[in-house]
Amino acid sequence: MASLVGSRVERKEDKRFLTGKGRYTADINLANQTYAIFVRSPHARASIKKLNIDKALKSSGVVSILTGKEIADDKIGGLIAGWAIRSEDGTEMKCPGNPPLAKDNVNFVGDPVAVVIAESLAEAKEAAEKVEVDYKVLKAVTSTADAMNGDTIHEGIDKNLCFDWLLGDRQKVKEAFDKADKVISIDIINNRLIPNAMEPRACVADYNAASEEITLYTTSQNPHLSRLIMSAFGNVAPEHKLRVVAPDVGGGFGSKINVYNEDIVCSWAAKKINRAIKWVAERSESFLTDIHGRDHVTHAELAVTKDGKFLGFKNETIANLGAYARVFGTVTPTYLFGPCATGVYEIPAAYTNVKAVYTNTAPVDAYRGAGRPEATYTIERLVEKASMELGIDKTELRIKNFPTAFPFKQTLVHTVDSGDYVAGMEKAKQMADYKGFEARRKESEAKGKLRGIGVTSYFEACGIAPSAAVMSLGCGVGLWESAEVRFNPTGQVTVYTGSHSHGQSHQTTFAQIAADELGVPIENIDIVHGDTDKGTFGMGTYGSRSLAVGGIAIVNACKKIVEKGKRVTAKMLEANPEDVEFKDGEFIVSKSNKKKTIGEVAFACYLPGVRDEMKSPLPEGDEPGLKETSFYDPSNFSFPAGTHIAEVEIDPETGHVKLEKYTACDDFGRIINPMVVEGQVHGGLAQGIGQALYENAEYDETGQLMTGSYMDYTMPRADNFPEFNIGYTCTHATTNPLGVKGCGEAGAIAAPPTVMNAVIDALGGQEVTMPATAEKVWKACKNLKKSNAKAA
Amino acid sequence: MGKISLEVNGRKVEKEAPDNTLLSTFLREHLQLTGTHIGCDTSQCGACVVHVDGNSLKSCTALAADVNGSKVTTIEGLETNGKMHPMQEAFKKLHGLQCGFCTPGMVMSAVDLLQKNKKPSDKEIRDWLEGNICRCTGYQNIVAAVKEAATKM
Repeated sequence: MASLVGSRVERKEDKRFLTGKGRYTADINLANQTYAIFVRSPHARASIKKLNIDKALKSSGVVSILTGKEIADDKIGGLIAGWAIRSEDGTEMKCPGNPPLAKDNVNFVGDPVAVVIAESLAEAKEAAEKVEVDYKVLKAVTSTADAMNGDTIHEGIDKNLCFDWLLGDRQKVKEAFDKADKVISIDIINNRLIPNAMEPRACVADYNAASEEITLYTTSQNPHLSRLIMSAFGNVAPEHKLRVVAPDVGGGFGSKINVYNEDIVCSWAAKKINRAIKWVAERSESFLTDIHGRDHVTHAELAVTKDGKFLGFKNETIANLGAYARVFGTVTPTYLFGPCATGVYEIPAAYTNVKAVYTNTAPVDAYRGAGRPEATYTIERLVEKASMELGIDKTELRIKNFPTAFPFKQTLVHTVDSGDYVAGMEKAKQMADYKGFEARRKESEAKGKLRGIGVTSYFEACGIAPSAAVMSLGCGVGLWESAEVRFNPTGQVTVYTGSHSHGQSHQTTFAQIAADELGVPIENIDIVHGDTDKGTFGMGTYGSRSLAVGGIAIVNACKKIVEKGKRVTAKMLEANPEDVEFKDGEFIVSKSNKKKTIGEVAFACYLPGVRDEMKSPLPEGDEPGLKETSFYDPSNFSFPAGTHIAEVEIDPETGHVKLEKYTACDDFGRIINPMVVEGQVHGGLAQGIGQALYENAEYDETGQLMTGSYMDYTMPRADNFPEFNIGYTCTHATTNPLGVKGCGEAGAIAAPPTVMNAVIDALGGQEVTMPATAEKVWKACKNLKKSNAKAA
Repeated sequence: MGKISLEVNGRKVEKEAPDNTLLSTFLREHLQLTGTHIGCDTSQCGACVVHVDGNSLKSCTALAADVNGSKVTTIEGLETNGKMHPMQEAFKKLHGLQCGFCTPGMVMSAVDLLQKNKKPSDKEIRDWLEGNICRCTGYQNIVAAVKEAATKM
């Protein structure tokens, strides 16, 4: 039987999506359901003086209106930060309460203060207009860089500072800098982004008074984790009385990790009114209240010798948390950021210091890449600048500082098990025709255009993560993953995974893995996820962990099935279990060459007896049935890496940046389905290029979101991209049995510095902030003309 | 309230609906054709594209009453006798979709492109699909799928 792992298997999930039969949360309608509309703060910072619902209650069709008071009276808990981070001085981080409905204060535009529940959506909307809230508007804090100087947003949190965190050794770094021939420094802004999964968030909550169970259908990347948080912290219902279902989910990119206000409020309210409640975000609500990403202000320095060896690195960053610290809010700018800050280089001394600040903006949390794009942007922009200042070719400078052997003990935290960074660089250069660039630059110049080339070499830490390691660093949960593999008596297999697919293709790739492990045709394997009533507790999908953690749990559960199968076969064929081998779905006794198929063994496990004989196929100690579970806790993170090269052409008359070529050469370890991996790379690149050239979330000084619709927030579209040129090198991960590393975030991590390095190269080294819009680039082109004229 | 009469996916339908009912709402809420998706509130994303009298239309830009009497095709109506349309087949073959949310609008828009331009260039495909936002695929495999479908239609 040919192996399916490594094949371009077409997706099992596609037919339903292509024929309109996907079932997303907004497609679910329950009998007798009501509709919820949230009344949200129009102010970025205000205290609530008075909230009057009298008029709204009289509006037609209103079933109930609930406010922060009721939710507090019912002792429903607030939203939480999932990681406790300690400051350099040893103090614990400072987190404000974040009630699902604000009672006394609102802290960003969109912060909900009441929910209106009515018989129809139109009636709910009309009544919501009649809720009167008397706000005392306070001065908002919106700037990341100045947040520590602003008014105190949350009582008791001095300077709006959540923590002031350090990773690394300041003294060693000082010594390294003292020895340097040259110090390259850079000030950069990692622009704020809005994830914009195409499916707006939604939830439908139902209460069954007979069983006293709440069922919540919601747009979540991690339904089990959502249930845990809603139960343990939200106090909505005990876990066994709360079912969370995340059906088809239309993209997440990190924005659907969090439990949101609406999940808690609708679940709680459904029980209160004893009816189902449906809420679907309008896109403007998504813009205002989905978590945002990035938003760092950084000063970084690299100490180098004159021949280009890196000696030391420092990174001083202010990270914007938004109004509240949410699930991955505090870890994103710390342990997902700091350890990757030194990139793919041997740098003997380094530190990263992060001051995380509160502002009156939407909460900032994990968005595709989460911390690693910010880290990579900093080091790769700095290295490119070093190459310009030292006059050393940008690829040579990088190679000079790559680790020469693996495992590579990286400066700050990680031990990278495997990789070959030089091979990746060489292949990327060849794919991009790096050598031919100067000729292309001249051609562009002849047309009056500016051409630039940019390089990024990155690694990232994903496959999160070893539980003991992350919990030692403040994570509130372990980051293992579960799988359950169930054979049916007639031989088909159902695999339950604790991870969740919202575009990642698990139904296909996980089935490929199980098909290879069990020798069962892929069409007889179903992957089930997204329902806390189906399968065991699992941690969900984020941090490129589904395959590297969840996939391994499936492998391990399958291996247990095979072990039991060997024992059963031995009993059935009167052989020693040690003499039974398993291959391509058959158990073979090596001495006699007698066989049983895995289907026959499964059947015997469920029907363990024979007519007219007192005989069981089950060895002593084995129970009937064929079902195994694995909780896999990884021994290390996984470390994808690669080199990307971009070429841009700029029209100095208009400032328009045209991305001419984009080459990505990645090492993701073993690839399960090349077609799916290509899709992940393309998508990641589009988001990364989007950050570099188009996307930007902007608040004005009063805290109003200026980019709150697709009319003002520039989403990348089909005509913004060239055809990407992608390729791979492959070193297998040594820390998991599949040798896999993860591919979901690489594009979003590597693309921003790659594109910006190209833009800045074209502009003669002039700094431009992301996104490199035509206006900014046009101004830079004018400066370039002036300085060229002076030089002449 | 008014009566909306349409031929949707080859079947005649008649329903009472408030005058301000958008075509997208009418399809999803009154006919339970939930394959047509709503991804934004400014007619930018294109997840709701359907065909009205043979031409693609963002169904959130029209009132159901505006298209009264028309023939409407939604993603649910693209198969014939249980066989997927060549465009649907091409999207599957070339991985032109991931989460599936933008897919119905993307496919309906692409089908209309090939009705109007049988052999579009890459640039023409990318320009045509400018009104359909996809956050997952980076568009590359969508473009490839449209080209593939062009060889089959």
